[in-house]
Amino acid sequence: MKYVDEFRDGTLARAIAARIAKAVDPGRTYHFMEFCGGHTHAISRYGVQDLLPGNVVMVHGPGCPVCVLPIGRIDMAIELATRADGDRPVTLCTYADTMRVPASNGMSLMKAKAKGADIRMVYSAADALRIARDEPGREVVFFAIGFETTTPPTALVVREAAALGLPNFTVFCNHVLTPAAISHILESPEVRSLGTVVIDGFVGPAHVSTIIGSQPYEYFAEEYRKPVVIAGFEPLDVLQAIEMLVRQVNEGRAEVENEFSRAVTREGNARAKALVADVFELRRDFEWRGLGRVPYSALRLKEAYATFDAERRFPMSEKSVPDNKACECGAILRGVKKPTDCKVFGTVCTPETPIGSCMVSSEGACAAHYTYGRYRSAA
Amino acid sequence: MSEVRKGYVRPIDFKRGLVDMSHGSGGRAMAQLIDELFLEAFDNEWLREMNDQARVPVPAGRLVVATDSHVVSPLFFPGGDIGCLSVHGTVNDVAMAGARPLYLTSGFILEEGFPLADLRRIVESMAAAAREAGVPIVTGDTKVVEKGKGDGVFINTTGVGVVPEGVEVSGDRARPGDAILVSGTMGDHGVAIMSLRENLSFETTIRSDTAALHGLVAAMVGAVPSVHCLRDPTRGGLATTLNEIARQSRCGMRLEETAIPVRPEVAAACELLGLDPLYCANEGKLIAICAAQDASALLGAMRGHPLGRDAAKIGEVVEDPHHFVQMRTGFGGSRMVDWLAGEQLPRIC
Amino acid sequence: MCLAIPAKVVELREGEQALIDLAGVRKEISLALVEDVRPGDYVIVHVGYALQKVDPEEARKTLELFAGLAAAEGAA
Repeated sequence: MKYVDEFRDGTLARAIAARIAKAVDPGRTYHFMEFCGGHTHAISRYGVQDLLPGNVVMVHGPGCPVCVLPIGRIDMAIELATRADGDRPVTLCTYADTMRVPASNGMSLMKAKAKGADIRMVYSAADALRIARDEPGREVVFFAIGFETTTPPTALVVREAAALGLPNFTVFCNHVLTPAAISHILESPEVRSLGTVVIDGFVGPAHVSTIIGSQPYEYFAEEYRKPVVIAGFEPLDVLQAIEMLVRQVNEGRAEVENEFSRAVTREGNARAKALVADVFELRRDFEWRGLGRVPYSALRLKEAYATFDAERRFPMSEKSVPDNKACECGAILRGVKKPTDCKVFGTVCTPETPIGSCMVSSEGACAAHYTYGRYRSAA
Repeated sequence: MSEVRKGYVRPIDFKRGLVDMSHGSGGRAMAQLIDELFLEAFDNEWLREMNDQARVPVPAGRLVVATDSHVVSPLFFPGGDIGCLSVHGTVNDVAMAGARPLYLTSGFILEEGFPLADLRRIVESMAAAAREAGVPIVTGDTKVVEKGKGDGVFINTTGVGVVPEGVEVSGDRARPGDAILVSGTMGDHGVAIMSLRENLSFETTIRSDTAALHGLVAAMVGAVPSVHCLRDPTRGGLATTLNEIARQSRCGMRLEETAIPVRPEVAAACELLGLDPLYCANEGKLIAICAAQDASALLGAMRGHPLGRDAAKIGEVVEDPHHFVQMRTGFGGSRMVDWLAGEQLPRIC
Repeated sequence: MCLAIPAKVVELREGEQALIDLAGVRKEISLALVEDVRPGDYVIVHVGYALQKVDPEEARKTLELFAGLAAAEGAA
């Protein structure tokens, strides 16, 4: 696979690893947060940590849109899927990632499906729209999740639904924003004042950046004096980005560098951004699992598209449901704790019996560590 | 006045007919279905006896028995269907003891309303698979459940075989230092099925690898009678099966990612859907574990057989109190290859 | 987040759709988020949509960077 295989090459990996080993200052530790869950997954899945010197530590950030979905929002999705009060029975279409996230009362979308709710996994938002067109007797709700990468496809299907005047299609919108989350972390007491979480720089998300461009990160670099290197999705990209971060730290620079130049420009994808701006607007705040209410961090449909907003068509009360008391997902998402710091990690909470979302999503820090890296702590 | 024609029974309409409750009730309708469909397709000396059981000679050696129920959906897929899958699956389970499969049974649970055309297609596929494998279906059973209580058709097959004394193939026999081999490419069946699911399909056809492996096993046991373990990595894929063996044998395993054969289309489909081929089912492949010094002979025997052309050594068994299966990635780092947590689902994140 | 993969566009189809090929696997996806895509171009595909074109020249430069043949990338 072109543009994939070459970016996973072991020989080049050793070359970069050697350069990192030479570049690091042995007298200090470097803490880099990889914001994007895809990077967390890549680091674990390829064993990138093995190629890094001991004083380069990766801190996992909250860039996993499934992990940060609060229990209350999953409850709402289940409520939508099991509603029986309307003219038409409901079909909830969702990306498969959400199916096993634990919600209240031991439920999940997977369990609701087993109990008879019409919940269908789709690969694309377009599939949800197609189902609505093919089955006019059903009320189709699309459970939209994801950061800025996944939002433009949702914008497209909303506009298509509007153009078609589809009466039986709505979107349950849970799209969240990257810069808001990064700000929130950098503003958190643990980072800003307490110094419990040390972050020397960020590995910026790959695919989010193809849409928003590298420009939004310039604020963080300047305001917080933290270097940001946008990295591609493959393990060589991540390794290279780490080398660039090490050099920035050594040289006292705090700039935005773009390692993923083959797909990311400063402006990003103007067409996609315009489509999103047409359909969505900012919510004043939104609850993130582990981060609490974060201002201007999520999107909802604009008034012009209100008829396609599931939350307006099906009024529900949004409850703030606290995490299980033993669950440390919140702290882990903020980088304050590691999966192994959580008392229930690997015992009560496993991928088969997840307590929190960090264990469900394959990019969650806990799932990644359990599935790929657990042997390091066991040894 | 028309005459009642003696002995005339209207033949079953396989083109448009549907299964109904009378086909399972034990009466004339069921007898006719058995006669015109199952006996016609499976035809052998035991079935011709028309008993509720089959009497077979007891072979010398140890009796091996295995059973499998097949609930695959969709019923028809590129490379096979639930029918031949049910034959291959049980033939393989018996063969994984190093045994020669001798006879099969088949039990059908049919859902009311299931099209007889599909049933005939499935039964004929089973018959062809059984004939090709040289393993007759000697007895069976048919039941019908009400509409809504079955997924079209469920099939159970039980297989009986014989393993000679001196051949001890078992999941608890892997030892540190042993070589781990696979007979071919991983993930084909699982990806073929996944890509037929609504909303996940490709325009390229990825075929299931479903096949009967007893011929390959016979060649392998002939070359290396002391082979330690054989298992076919079905549900849960290579990763899950290796973890099972590691736990049974109380050892660890170390694999080399670059040595594991995966077809490029299967790898690509997995990339698109966010799946890992190590966890995708295989229905025509096996894992073999043998003493290090036998690896070369075993690999030779495998590669000499049509179903083992892509056989490869993928790793070795090691001492490990945690029984971890670990893998060195092509990238140079290391990762665990853990048990599968539930069914693997595609992902967007 | 955002599992996406670079794939080759092999055919343009009506309605801003395209057929992509990834190691022999073909799938129809949408080009509604990108512009000026031609058969032979590579695009990053996420949930059935092309997000961006892959710039072959930048890809080549990045591989050189990995090999230590180029100076580190400056600020974007």
